[in-house]
Amino acid sequence: MNLLGELSWSAIPFDQPIPLGASVAMILAVLLVLGWITREGYWPYLWREWITSVDHKRIGVMYCVLALVMLLRGFSDAILMRSQQAFAAGGSQGYLPPEHYDQIFSAHGTIMIFFMAMTIMIGLMNFALPLQLGVRDVAFPTLNSVSLWLTASGVLLTNISLVIGEFAKTGWMNYPPLSELQYSPGVGVDYYLWALQISGIGTLMTGINFVTTILKMRAPGMSYMRMPVFCWTALATNLLIVAAFPVLTATFAMLLLDRYLGFHFFTVDAGGNMMMYVNLFWVWGHPEVYILVLPAFGIFSEVIATFSGKPLFGYRSMVAATMAICILSFLVWLHHFFTMGAGADVNGFFGIMSMIIAVPTGVKIFNWLFTMYGGRVRFHVPILWSIGFMITFALGGMTGVLLAMPPADFVLHNSLFLIAHFHNVIIGAVVFGAMAGYNYWFPKAFGFRLEERWGAAAFWCWFVGFYLSFMPLYVVGMMGMTRRMQHYDNLSWRPWLIVAGIGSLVILAGIISQIVQLVVSIRNREALRDVTGDPWNGRTLEWSTPSPPPPWNFAVLPQVTGIDAFWIAKQTHAREAARPQRAAPAQPPDYEPIEVPNNSATGFVTAFFAVVTGFALIWHIWWMVIVGVIGAVATMLVFAWREQEEVEIPAEEVARIDREYHTELAA
Amino acid sequence: MTIDVAGSSTGTFSARALRLRGFALPVAFALGGCSEGVFDPQGPVASAERTILFNSLGIMLAIVVPTILATLAVAFWFRASNTRARYMPDFHYSGRLEMIVWSIPAMTVMLLGSLCWVGSHELDPRKPLVSAVKPLTVQVVSLDWKWLFIYPEQGIASVNTLTIPAGTPIDFELTSSGVMNSFFVPQLGSQIYTMGLMTTRLKLLADNPGTYEGRSFNFSGDGFSDMHFLVHAVPSDQFTGWVAKTKGVGPALDAQSYAELAKPSQAVEPFTYGSASPGLFETIAMADMPVAGLCHTVSFNVVSPYRTTRLRHGG
Repeated sequence: MNLLGELSWSAIPFDQPIPLGASVAMILAVLLVLGWITREGYWPYLWREWITSVDHKRIGVMYCVLALVMLLRGFSDAILMRSQQAFAAGGSQGYLPPEHYDQIFSAHGTIMIFFMAMTIMIGLMNFALPLQLGVRDVAFPTLNSVSLWLTASGVLLTNISLVIGEFAKTGWMNYPPLSELQYSPGVGVDYYLWALQISGIGTLMTGINFVTTILKMRAPGMSYMRMPVFCWTALATNLLIVAAFPVLTATFAMLLLDRYLGFHFFTVDAGGNMMMYVNLFWVWGHPEVYILVLPAFGIFSEVIATFSGKPLFGYRSMVAATMAICILSFLVWLHHFFTMGAGADVNGFFGIMSMIIAVPTGVKIFNWLFTMYGGRVRFHVPILWSIGFMITFALGGMTGVLLAMPPADFVLHNSLFLIAHFHNVIIGAVVFGAMAGYNYWFPKAFGFRLEERWGAAAFWCWFVGFYLSFMPLYVVGMMGMTRRMQHYDNLSWRPWLIVAGIGSLVILAGIISQIVQLVVSIRNREALRDVTGDPWNGRTLEWSTPSPPPPWNFAVLPQVTGIDAFWIAKQTHAREAARPQRAAPAQPPDYEPIEVPNNSATGFVTAFFAVVTGFALIWHIWWMVIVGVIGAVATMLVFAWREQEEVEIPAEEVARIDREYHTELAA
Repeated sequence: MTIDVAGSSTGTFSARALRLRGFALPVAFALGGCSEGVFDPQGPVASAERTILFNSLGIMLAIVVPTILATLAVAFWFRASNTRARYMPDFHYSGRLEMIVWSIPAMTVMLLGSLCWVGSHELDPRKPLVSAVKPLTVQVVSLDWKWLFIYPEQGIASVNTLTIPAGTPIDFELTSSGVMNSFFVPQLGSQIYTMGLMTTRLKLLADNPGTYEGRSFNFSGDGFSDMHFLVHAVPSDQFTGWVAKTKGVGPALDAQSYAELAKPSQAVEPFTYGSASPGLFETIAMADMPVAGLCHTVSFNVVSPYRTTRLRHGG
């Protein structure tokens, strides 16, 4: 028996210059970062303060960092695809042969959906949610760390596939029978499946954690109808995660059984049925769209209200719309395959259901519009992203309703029109929302604001770049070009694809601006310092804490008396201060000792064993599978029988730190 | 509402829809500046689909464009530096506005929803086209990575080229040798998936003689990009001539040559088979013989919820 299973030197792409170059560059970049950390002696600090941290704010930041790094990876795939399609016209094969090109578009989709969009949204929810709810942490802090590191395991496995072996060549939906062993005998599909199984468990645990947090842990007085809208959208998102991710896990488990043990769930022969996979995939897949976009809607709601200096218009409508979308999102999955031969009644029903989702979504757009109406709109970077979103999303929503119309979908399905549509909504809403949230909450996380001019430059490049990249794709889609073409003969498509390629370079300029923005902001951090904790004149509770907040968030838990709790508190305070005869000076708050959960290496160690297990399963190294599983279970057992789970911060310490902040505030 | 096969493509959509179409068409063309694919329908199905597409686009643009303009106007007018704009820090609810806000999208969706329901039924891919001419049956098999077209009534077949009589409804029966593909000729309308051991059905018609591009619209592996073919729509007398010229010339399509053809190959030059053994398509779609590595299984018969027929016989 071979100790290394199916792994051999042939797994490394020595004979293929492009993947080899990419692998070497990636390995060098990783080594450079690790070397720098070692030279500066940051390892103990990183281990203590970040890797083993169970603080939701730290975990949120780490999720965002992971997502932004994956944005770079996914975007380099995008540049490769756009340049390939700009070149490979007529007789030309471009510079990427099909076996590379197919991996690139599969990796691009997988990475952008799972490891960029969803990861950054979970990161922002992690950071902001407990602060907005006025609580000290999420319900299960250590589980939160396990979720983060399992997501990182999925990321790591996906990126290992660049160096050792290959990634899936089946598209990010991984439809059988193409993804069955018969047609995809390589390890690519296994990398895809195991990476997503492992990170999917992490995501499911995040969902459970946040649903529990929102339902059970709110500040005193914060009834459901006083929660900030971001918390509502987060609740809807996490309910969707809890309901939808098990479906994905089960579907992938069936495909894995097909591939590893010769089952026939989705095979062509022996009674398998690939239509079942397609249905199950989209039963998860359509809610997934709302898992991505609902938190973004929440961010826009917060940003637009804050920078207009007004409460959100139609709060109850917004809540109703959010929950309506949450439920309806499970009733539309069939619109992803109207062309599979369903009857007219079935297609008509799902078409209408898909259009109905546009109603609550349209309501949201109008409510944001009326939130700005009568406001004093301050054009900081977050609201630029928000207004850019409202314009872009209105168009993307419209093309979405077009695709929901079965007869129109019959001619647009799988064309570049479809690609343009979902990038229109995912870039226009999710990416723009993530960028708005990043600029909005950055000062809360790090104590200084992001530089505005580079931030605005990033926005404009992304905005213009998006339109340049994707409007041409709407056109070539109507002209009859399908997705995933490594080369094409029709020369009249080419000018449009060249414009799209230029658009992707403009987006690249936007990404570079963002990197510059971060570097410039770190350099000028003293000038950009936020001492108040409330740089934007905010409305919700996160702005009532110092920037960055202490590990326990609130020295004394806030008493909530209405929507926009912090705004109300500020108004009350201003009225008190304006009175000529002030009552006796406010009593110093009643500080109590606070219990803070211990750091824990459980997440990191579990994830390490998860990577070992996943890698071993991909390469059929069975002894290593056993080692990995035993390691992961043992780690959990050690955690379950831990001696001490919390440290107590004495009341005096809490009081001292809180007083320091208030003295600084008064100064 | 029916689709008028012989003549105008607009069918009997309402006058309102026609006016909207008049508005949407120039918009779509200004955007496209081109005339191919979905822009240039050459059959009743494609024409009706383009009409629905442009009507829906027109209806929605009528709301989306004002919304975008209003967003920009409101954001600009209520900028913090504008002293003339009235600051209303407590304006956060208005029952009347909320009603409007919910009813605009709701009414739009009611309009589009009825269009959707009627359109889904009128343009059901299986629905026979209204025509005085007797339909021609063409059986389609997607293989790795080429298209096989079998003419069961004529007893001939072709690979990567499809010749059809213009003005005659074509009844397509489609299946796949293995992985899923999607059969699509944009200028004739409606694509449909091809799936192994299943038969999907599609009815199309070309109004005029011409050459139209068709291709697979569902990724199927390395050779996918070359999985295209030309549809030659010819006058029916020429079609009869083409059949006569093809028949008996070139290779014969039987179980053996099919097994040869089913082996993966890329960018296959178009060619024709001078004969096609009867029942071959049914055999492929039911896997009655060991083709492309498919094995014999227990006999059962399932009618799937998709109404794609799925029959299988024991070997």
